[in-house]
Order: sequence, then C-alpha cells, then structure tokens
Amino acid sequence: MNMVNKSILVVGGGISGLTAAIEAAEVGFEVFIVEKNPYLGGKVTQINQYFPKLCPPNCGLEINFRRIRSNPAVKFFTMAEVESVSGQEGNFDVTVKINPRYVNENCTACGKCAEVCPAQRANDFNYGLDKTKAAYLPHQFAFPVKYVIDAGACQEGCSKCVEACQYNAIEPDMQPKTMRLNVGSIVWATGWKPYDAEKLSYYGFGRYPNVITNVIMERLAAKNGPTGGKILRPSDGKEIKSIAFVQCAGSRDENHLHACSSVCCMASLKQATYVREQYPDAQIYIYYIDIRARGKHEDFFIKVQNETNITLVKGKAGEILEDPATGQLVIVAEDQLKQELTEQKFDLVVLATGMQPATAETKVPAEMTYDEDGYVAAGIPGICAAGCTKKPQDVAAAVADATAAALRAIQSVRGQS
Amino acid sequence: MSKKIGVYICSGCGIGDALDMDALAKVATKEYKVPVCQKNAFFCGKEGVEIIKKDIAENEVTYVVIAGCSGRVNYDVFNFGPSVVLERVNLRERVVWTQEPDDEDTQMMAEDYLRITLAKLKNLELPEAYVLENCSRRVMVVGGGLAGMTSALEVAKAGYEVVLVEKEDSLGGWLKKSYKIAPLNAPYTDPEDTGLEARVKEIEGKSNIKVYTSTTVEKTAGAPGMFDVTLKQGGSTVEEKVGAVILATGAVPYEPSKLGHLGYGASPNVVTQMQFEELAAKGAIARPSDGKAVQKVAFIQCAGSRDQEHLPYCSAACCVESIKQALYVKGQNPEAAVYVFYKDIRSSGQYEHFYKKAQSEGVMFIKADVTGVADDGGNLTIEANDLLMGSPTMADELDMVVLANGMVPTTAFEDAAYGTESQDEAACAAADAAPVPAPIIKSNILNLDYRQGPELPSLKYGFPDSHFICFPYETRRTGIYAAGSVRRPMDMSQAIGDAAGAALKAVQCIEMTDKGAAVHPRSGDLSFPDFQMSRCTQCKRCTEECPFGAINEDEKGNPLPNPTRCRRCGTCMGACPERIISFKNYSVPMMGNMLKSIEIPEEDEEKPRVLIFACENDAIPALDMAGINRLQYSKWVRIIPVRCLGSLNLVWINDAMSKGFDGVLLLGCKHGDDYQCHFMKGSELAGIRLSKVSETLDRLGLESERVYMTEINVMDYDKVPKIIDEFVEKIDKFGPNPMKGF
Repeated sequence: MNMVNKSILVVGGGISGLTAAIEAAEVGFEVFIVEKNPYLGGKVTQINQYFPKLCPPNCGLEINFRRIRSNPAVKFFTMAEVESVSGQEGNFDVTVKINPRYVNENCTACGKCAEVCPAQRANDFNYGLDKTKAAYLPHQFAFPVKYVIDAGACQEGCSKCVEACQYNAIEPDMQPKTMRLNVGSIVWATGWKPYDAEKLSYYGFGRYPNVITNVIMERLAAKNGPTGGKILRPSDGKEIKSIAFVQCAGSRDENHLHACSSVCCMASLKQATYVREQYPDAQIYIYYIDIRARGKHEDFFIKVQNETNITLVKGKAGEILEDPATGQLVIVAEDQLKQELTEQKFDLVVLATGMQPATAETKVPAEMTYDEDGYVAAGIPGICAAGCTKKPQDVAAAVADATAAALRAIQSVRGQS
Repeated sequence: MSKKIGVYICSGCGIGDALDMDALAKVATKEYKVPVCQKNAFFCGKEGVEIIKKDIAENEVTYVVIAGCSGRVNYDVFNFGPSVVLERVNLRERVVWTQEPDDEDTQMMAEDYLRITLAKLKNLELPEAYVLENCSRRVMVVGGGLAGMTSALEVAKAGYEVVLVEKEDSLGGWLKKSYKIAPLNAPYTDPEDTGLEARVKEIEGKSNIKVYTSTTVEKTAGAPGMFDVTLKQGGSTVEEKVGAVILATGAVPYEPSKLGHLGYGASPNVVTQMQFEELAAKGAIARPSDGKAVQKVAFIQCAGSRDQEHLPYCSAACCVESIKQALYVKGQNPEAAVYVFYKDIRSSGQYEHFYKKAQSEGVMFIKADVTGVADDGGNLTIEANDLLMGSPTMADELDMVVLANGMVPTTAFEDAAYGTESQDEAACAAADAAPVPAPIIKSNILNLDYRQGPELPSLKYGFPDSHFICFPYETRRTGIYAAGSVRRPMDMSQAIGDAAGAALKAVQCIEMTDKGAAVHPRSGDLSFPDFQMSRCTQCKRCTEECPFGAINEDEKGNPLPNPTRCRRCGTCMGACPERIISFKNYSVPMMGNMLKSIEIPEEDEEKPRVLIFACENDAIPALDMAGINRLQYSKWVRIIPVRCLGSLNLVWINDAMSKGFDGVLLLGCKHGDDYQCHFMKGSELAGIRLSKVSETLDRLGLESERVYMTEINVMDYDKVPKIIDEFVEKIDKFGPNPMKGF
C-alpha cells in the first residue's frame, strides 16, 4: 500500500511560484498553486520592463500562462491563502481559505459589470494612483481573465452588475470557502513586498507627494499604468526636469532591512533609462553606497552611464526637504568623492526601497527557521522556500531558484515511495 | 481517426449583436459542408459545453471549432481531451471588439476567419508523437566541481541515473584547493567548511551515480533521449548512452600573468585569490618568499574584472571571496592589518552580513584606483588614488598582496568554430546576407557531433548562457543545460542552486522526450517536422538555419533530422525552397490553403485586403490586448498566426500576391543584441528571406513595399492598430494589386 501523495503544492503564484509549479508539472507531477491575488504573476506583472534587456515581463508571463493552459497537471486557486499545514513529507494536509471573488466561473470577461458599475475603488495594482470600478479586471493582462468585485467598495443595495450580467456570473452572496488539499510536498514562494517607505521618516514619503518609491515608478512608466506611461509629478501632473534616485532606502541599514536587497541598483539604472527616453534633457542623479551590477550586468551599468548621462553621487542621502509652495524637493547628502555636503533640488525623487520577504510578516505554518530579516533560512523535510522568500534576488535568479525548488519538491514525493 | 467537424458559433459577449450569426453558420454548412454546426449564446457555460461534449460522444465529432472568444480565455472549459482537435476562431477580441458592429465589412472579416480555420482543418491532422524505443533516462554531468557534484546528487535523488565525468583524478574542482567557503547559511557571518568530503561520500554512496575521473568527453553524438557519448580515460574509451547533459565545467581564474600592472610576477608575495586559498588551506598563512606569518595584507579587487582591457564583466564572486580571505587573516591574527582596495563592494543580498562582519573585525575597505604595486625589497607597497579622500594614498610594508583576479568560463578558450567550412557551402543557399550565428567556441568539452559546431553557442564573453530573464535555462542545444559559473559569473551559493535548477531541466527533458513532446517554449507539442527526402536538393538551408542545431548532414549534404533535438519552431520549414518539410498540424500547403480561403473582393468593390502573419508568442497576445482595450483597426486586414516568423516560407508571400492580396504585413519579435525571439533569429531570418522577395515583386511590376515586416512586443498593443492602419493606408496609395482577379 502506498500512502504517499505525489502532488505538489506551490504557495504563491508570482514568477517564482509559477516557475516552480510549471517546471514540476512538465516533469509530470500534479501541482496546485495557491495565490492570494485574484490573478497570477505577482509583482512582475507590475513591472514595466526587466533589466538589462528592457523587455516586458508580460512576454514571459504570457508564455508561462500558455504552458499552464496546455498542461492540465497545473491547477490554481486565486484569492486563496494557506491557513494551516499538518502532516509530514509525502503526506501534508493543507487548509486553504478561498476568499469570495463574487464572480463565478461563468464570467466571460465581457466587461458589462464594470460598464454599469457606479462605484469606484482605489486601484491597488497602481498603488492607489488611480481608480477602478468596484467591478474590475485587475489589470489588462490578468490571468485568469475573470472579473472581480470589491464588495467593500460597492454602493449599498446596488445590484446593477447582477442585472447587467447575462451569464449569471455575479454572486453577491458568495462566502469564503475552506478547502483541504492533500499533497506530498510544498514549495513556499510568497515573495516579497516593498519595504514600508514611511518608516524612513527623513525621506518624507507619504508627506511629500513627489517622493515616490521604485515600485511606484514602474507603474508611472508603464503604458497600462495610471499616467499611460508618462512619468509625471504626482503633486501637479507636471513634466519633470530633474529626478533623483536614492539607493539603499531601507536596505543595508541597521535600523531597517539589514541585508542588501540586491536588485535596486540595477532597477534604478533601468529606471534612469525610462526617464531618459521621455526627457532627453532631464538631470538624473543616483545617490549610492556601492553600485551592485554583478556579473554581466556590468555591461548595463556601463551602457547606462554612456547613454543616459546620469550623475552618480557616492553617498547616502541624509534627508529630503520639500518646498511646500512648489513641491520641489531638496536632497541633503554628503558627496563622499567630493567630500562636501551637497544640497540639490529635484522635481521628483525615487526611493529605491528594498525587498522585505513576505515571510517577515506571514510565516510558513510549519517549523521553519528565518534569518534576521525574515527570509527563510531553512525548511523542513518536504517544505522548501523559493525565490525572494529565501533571499533577495532578481527575476532571473529567482526563476533559477524556483526551478531548483521544483526538483526538491519532486525529490520529496519520489523519495518517499 | 475519422475527421468529423463540428462548428460552434457563440453569440455571447456582444458577438450576436455585431454579426449575422446565420450568415456565419452558412459559411460552415454551405461553403464547407460541415456536418455539425450549432449556435448558442453561452457556449462557455455548463449547458453550452455539454452541447459540444454530447456531439463528441454521440455524434462522433472529432474536430471542434469554437467561434467565439480568444484562445487566451476559457481554455479550461473548452478542453475535450487529447483525442479531439480543437480550433478557436477569435471573433470576439479580433473582430467584434476591434471593428464596427453590424457592418458589412465586419461580417466579411468574421466569415473569413471562420474560412481560414475550416481551410486549416483540411490539412490538419492530430500529430503522432515521435517516441524513442529506448529513451535513455540517464543524465551525464560534465564537471565534478561544486556545481557538477551538486547536479549529480540532485538528479540522483530525484531517482534518475547519473554519469559524472571529471577530468581530474578526483572530484571536487576548486573546493579541493579551498580552505573554507563563504557562508551558505544564516546568519551569513563566518566562513564555512567546504563540505567536500561529505559531498564526495554522498556521491560514492549513491548506487545510481557512476563516476568517471581522469576522464574527458571525446564525442557526444545523438540527441536528447539517445546521446551516445564516447568518454576517454587514459588510452581507452568507454561508451555511455544518456538522455540529457549538464555542462558544469565551471570557470578558471583569469590569467594572472596578464596583471603585471598590479605587481603579479614582480614578487612571489603577490598572489591570486586561489593561491592565497591554497596557502590558507595549508595552515598558518605565511608569505611565500620567506615563510613569515603575515601581519599586513592587501586585497586588490577587480584585478582583471570590470576592465575593458581584460574582463569587461564583473566576476560576481570576488568581493565575497576577498571578504572571506580577509577574515582568514583576521582569524589568524586579530592584530593584522588588512586592506581591501575596491571599486564597489558587491556583497549582494545576505552577504551584506558577511561584509559587516569583516568591517567589525577591522578590515579596512578603501574605494580606490590602484596605480601601482611595488616590491621594496621584501615588503610590498600599493599606490592608489583614494577616491573618498580625493588624494593619493599608499599602503606599505605589506607582507602580501592578493589579486581578486576574477573568472573566465571554461568554454571561453581557443577559437570560434563556426563559419569554417559552411561559409562557401552556404553560398548556394544565401548568396547575400545570412544571419551571423552565435559563436561556438572549440573548447574541447562536449565535442558535440552537431553540424553547427562542437560546443554550446556562447551568448557573450564565452558564457553559454540563456538570453531570457524569465527562462534562465533556455538552451540553444536541446537537452544540454549549462549550470554554475560556466553559465554566467556567480558565487558558490548561486552555483549550488543553479546546479539543482539545471538538474530539473535535464530530467524534465528526459520525461518530455520519453513522451515524444517538445520542451520549452512549445512545451508538450507532439508535432515534429517530416522531411520528404526524395525532393531534397541538398541546399543545406535547413541544417544551417535551425536555431537549435537539430539537423545534421550526411556527406552529400542531405539533412539528417533529429526529432528529439527539435523545438518545433518551423524555421526549417520556412527555410526550405523545395517545401519538403512539414508538420502534421503546420505545413506549407496548410498555410497556403488558409490564406487562399480568404475571399478577395473584385477590384471595383474597393475593398482592399491585407494579410498579416503574426508571431504567436508576442504579436498575437498584443493583438488580443488591442481587442480587450477596444482599440479599432482597419477592416481590410486578415490575421494568420505563425509559430515564429522564422517559419515563414516565401511561397506564402507569392501565394498571397497572386491570390490578389494588396499587401502583406509581418509582425515578429525584436531581433539583434537584445533579441526577444524565442527561436533566436525568427524575424531576422524572415527579414533576410523577404529581401529576396522584393526583387521578385519589382520584376512583376509590384511595389516591393507591399510586403513589410516590423517588430512588436506584447506591450505594443496600443501601437499595433496604428502600425496596421498606416500600412493599409500606404497600400491604398499604391492602388489595387494588379494581379487581383487573375
């Protein structure tokens, strides 16, 4: 008698989770993905372009979604979260909570519900910089292509979408559901979130509208973002003449994230190219401690320096001040190469806020160990971490890591039989 | 399988309001004599799906055509199992959402899309997988260092057999010379033991790992699932059959004799990182010249790396290695003075903790340009410009100077091998432009018996890396995966993970090959190219242009296909001037019939027709997205997806022009250094082929601009309507194709 379950659970449907799941499924294993957002793809769906190729993440995502479409071994649940895990390698019992989407499988994505919806909600996909209807498609490339209803944003007593939908797809009474999965091994790939920039009070994020974070910058530069891809000042929607990137905003800092987030240097160099493309004459400054363009990424560092005419300032930005009348910002920093205290004015400041692993807040419901920043330091037999829950890393590295995690998950279920 | 077609036309999502459903159905039933045709307002609903399932079960429908939404959606509800051929006619995103509703021209467009699909079915058969009789389920790992040992163990633990080949007399690679390694575990503050013995013991304890030491690979012939490898061990050879290969031969330190400007060679006390490691492994670190215990040591970072005259790239591991070695010195003598001269300290991620540890132990980090290293009679002096102090600085009375001399992949030696004999032979194939193949360097590692060259193609600087951020193991030689520092510069922690990732890809390739299915990016595709050899003229285009080196050649120049190497892009099919290459579900006649099925109105109707061949990877999703955004574009176009523009056969252009199309637009992926084509050179090859068409068109008195190729990516959905409209406008100015109606 063989009680070993050969299926694999992947928690998190971002680029790491998707990769782990698809790679394992293409070896021939049944895989379940549990994703808390109403769509798959995670953080990379919000990124405008990848460094160093400056190519769109949706290209690779579309290929991965196609791989899912053609492989029935991959099953996924969106708006779902793991509540508990019990059992051991080869035989885990997992409880999954599925939050109500208020839209059922009948949805054809025709868009009628959003058309008639009278209510609005802040668009979290664009970090609240614009609004969607309360009935909405999370974003244009959303997969699965199904609408969602934000019940908290609905007008009381409104049932316009229910009436408009010809397919009985809207269920205002939908309740959270609990589901149990029995799996042989688990890959934990819940990813990261940007470090809370409001904790860096000396930089004024949250108080000064023109201080934004690098993840917001991605949305400003994205065609399907709140400005249609035009980089504009949030305070007044004006074009910019000068911009600064503040590196290690929270990273490499005893009071915040201790580790280096490893992607922000390349991300800011990349974002400098966004700015240069739109503003050939804008002044672009990068305040840094070390520029960490490792490996062949050095080529990109050189290319950006040669082509975009950026000013690199070695020195950590100490403080950002705002002129409330104009929204202009002043960065006070020590230029270590010139050995002087500088004060430089900018229209827009981008904080290169680092990565905080999701596991810093939401732990794996199992006896895992964590390092000082909350990254998973070690798993237990049958449960391994992948991607940015393990260490801060860029997409290519996270995908490689997730591919490795797929193998370890397979070893877990195979090794038991 | 008998071919019985069922057409299911959905009127939901506004399709029924915009189109005449009955007229559409007539195209199926009257023109194409389709035996089963049904209409419904909600085919993706439970009842709708049941209607189709019932027809399959009771009515013996084997080919299902659903005319409704895009294949991007409802793929799960419209899944009728592998024995049913499913085609989707995209009336929603591609017609109704981009065109005027209830309009004659919109209706014509919808009917044409149905015709295209029905014409396609005439030539389409369910592919039968190419299954090997004895697919080998073993993996060969070449290189027995950290990455290779890790790959071998990971493959073995997943239940597959491994052949591990190491050229030295024992396993371990650089670990054998290492005293300790940078930490792999939290809290990432102290050097760790190499763990070499335990690793070797684990390998020796695995009955499914066969280790060959003092062995090299003399030849790798065959293909995934059936590689025949000849191993050379001393004077004798051994044959092994394997299903997939992992290349883990690592990197070697940059040649220090080229670093004379940093004092190498001037004194025995100027050493490389590796030499310093060997000294540390021996016990107390003593300087080579006189055995004095070291008291003052300096490290020079980027010795060779990040230097356009030496290695333009960053070697990724040296900062962390120097931190580790600085800690050796401090561990031996806390009073010792240790300096690290650097450009940027690149201790990324959690290695920040390691860097902090070195700082707290008193290691001095100096951001500086080193200008010279001198031997002042026993001791060494470094002169540098201290970038933070803005002034020259020096460190003297140094016992030793350690050069962090970076890494060079083992694949980066000797000469580029491509283009030696193929150039003149290729003359008959392409007298003019041909795409430059990726360099293949004769590095004597795998010695592939491949027509396109003996090793993996190099991406840059000799690293046989993937060009795709989302797909780091996308290889240009199917079933052969590079792992560790041979693939790209990386540290040991990354190499361990990378080795496990490559191990997954190797076993995955074996499983897919065993089923006769393609690997990424057309994962699971069971079709493969069939060659009608009796009509082959030995022009060699297919063997040269295959992006994966899948096709070998016999001595007469006949192609020798290797179906398990094939990635199903169709580049060979596009290349073949004799049109002898076809897939069961993708062929030259099939595409020809599809485009010929489109109705071309008479000239006086003033309804031009423009054919678009669009790459299914990026252009098709972009067109779908244009629909989702309700962006309108010209009603005169008809879109046919292709697997890759590399599969474009010129006869389709001929067919289109003689059929009376007024223009042909090709939408492919970006090419060049930052190419986006998942088959490497699709749009580039299409461009080259088109250059030949323009002469023909000119000769026929047709404007060559009637055929135009452009590159778009998935995010260009907002631009694609403009690209289409501008092209149509341009064609309109030329007036109708004079061949219309002939």
